[in-house]
Amino acid sequence: MSKEASFSTELLSLLEENPLRSSEILAKLLGREPSEVEQEVARLENEKVILAYKAIIDDEKAQRRTVKAVIEVKLVPERGGGFDRLAQRIARYSEVTSCFLMSGGYDLLVFLEGSTLQEVALFVSEKLATLRGVTSTATHFMLRTYKEQGILVGEAVATNRLPVSP
Amino acid sequence: MQPAPGPQTGKILPFVPDETSWVARHVQDLPRSGIRDFFDLVQSMEGIVSLGIGEPGESTPWNIREQAIFALESGKTGYTSNLGLLRLRQAISRYMERLTGVCYDPEGEILVTVGVSEALDCALRAIINPGEQILYAEPSYVAYSPGVLLAHGVPVGIPTRFEDGFRLRAQAVAQRAKPGVKALLLNAPANPTGTMVDEEELEGIAAISAKNDWVVLADEIYAELTYEKRHRSIAGLPGMKERTVVLNGLSKAFAMTGFRLGWACGPTSLIAAMVKIHQYSMLCAPILSQEAGIEALEHGAAKVESMRRSYQRKRNYLWRSLTALGFPCHRPEGAFYLFPSIVPFGLSSQEFAFRLLREARVAVVPGSAFGPSGEGYLRCSFSPRMGDLEEAVGRMSRWMRANFRKGTSPATEN
Repeated sequence: MSKEASFSTELLSLLEENPLRSSEILAKLLGREPSEVEQEVARLENEKVILAYKAIIDDEKAQRRTVKAVIEVKLVPERGGGFDRLAQRIARYSEVTSCFLMSGGYDLLVFLEGSTLQEVALFVSEKLATLRGVTSTATHFMLRTYKEQGILVGEAVATNRLPVSP
Repeated sequence: MQPAPGPQTGKILPFVPDETSWVARHVQDLPRSGIRDFFDLVQSMEGIVSLGIGEPGESTPWNIREQAIFALESGKTGYTSNLGLLRLRQAISRYMERLTGVCYDPEGEILVTVGVSEALDCALRAIINPGEQILYAEPSYVAYSPGVLLAHGVPVGIPTRFEDGFRLRAQAVAQRAKPGVKALLLNAPANPTGTMVDEEELEGIAAISAKNDWVVLADEIYAELTYEKRHRSIAGLPGMKERTVVLNGLSKAFAMTGFRLGWACGPTSLIAAMVKIHQYSMLCAPILSQEAGIEALEHGAAKVESMRRSYQRKRNYLWRSLTALGFPCHRPEGAFYLFPSIVPFGLSSQEFAFRLLREARVAVVPGSAFGPSGEGYLRCSFSPRMGDLEEAVGRMSRWMRANFRKGTSPATEN
């Protein structure tokens, strides 16, 4: 890996870990100048390598009563376009939080979020299932989150290290 | 014990025990660890951010912890062979070959111990006749000198200097090559300085050791944690495997300090001698740790590499931050410690560390804990989590501004 490519990779992994660090701190961590970090972040943002920065929230603690579901969707691929056109069409709905093309028993895995169970169920039956090309859907509601995007939910952060050891 | 003084009545007098006389003289004479007093004070205080930890800030990777749980569930609760589980020794053999390029026979050249500490203790006790000298670079790990004394040897620290990057030089070793020296104890990358040994110096040191027929004890516990160049083991130099006992373990790179799992690799004769001590004192390393150790060595490499990269970034951060605060400091090549100088501030390392603790609520280890040549320095660990490092730097920065003008004596005194 070239020096620049590894700078980029290291910077991305630091931003993934915590996007709130200042460019001064990022520069210290990477042994660079703050201006170099700012330039590289700007480039990564402009080129849409970095899509967004988001907080990961414990919904239970935040008392957010969102309903989440995953939907297995089977599609009929289109001549010329495969699954892409239909997948992109599904992904554009604001209720859809993530959408992946899958190998195996179904084609798309769609993550949905709504405020009530009914809202999510209606979206599936009225919007998703009625799209031309969708042959079947199977809805699974999420009951509890144990780990979200690599972060354990409810895990205490405190370390139990002795404050001074040889 | 002396009988209590009393009139000569002919009766048997009750003994008033002189309790100090129960403790062996060489143990009585052993100095208390310089870290101990400091530890007691830190323990008694609230809200401390500590750069004083001598271990990884992260917990052991889950797959390794889970393997220990599985071993417990499977009823693996008995003794193992004195040498350690054969499967573990085989894994150690493969690992050591990858790490050092040296091949060790799991059947007689590897002993699994309770951490490197026990491996070092066994090695010292196995080779030292009373009064024989052991050389080591100083500032050094806190247990070297006491370990030698407990084995009835004479510790001889070879001072290294800040101006020379705390490097151990072959020339300095050669100056100590006198009759009565039994072994050289080499620690690279070093705790507390993070220094490695230069290639040509290592060759020089190997030549001196061979010429004087010394044993080399190579404490390589930080071998995985190097940042610019790979660790080179002295055992890999021509003719050195035969006279070197390499000590290593899982504590640092695999974040497994509490598992207490280490090992010694060396010539059959020395390992056999160490086994004698180990079998009568420790019997074997705990089986749960050994089972976890197999998982670590067989499936831990990626996690070790990701922790290494994280240490490297945190090293960069803390080094730049401390130098910006006016501490003269080398950028360490390995381990997870900075060893900044506090000479410009006109305080002893004890005074500096105690004031920093009480006034800024940041714990570091005074350099004097690592031998006389550690005076004038602090050991600051960059293994804690990044958030703690940032907090420590913030507190130190405010405290430094309030108390010192950059590069001058203290502005205020308590």
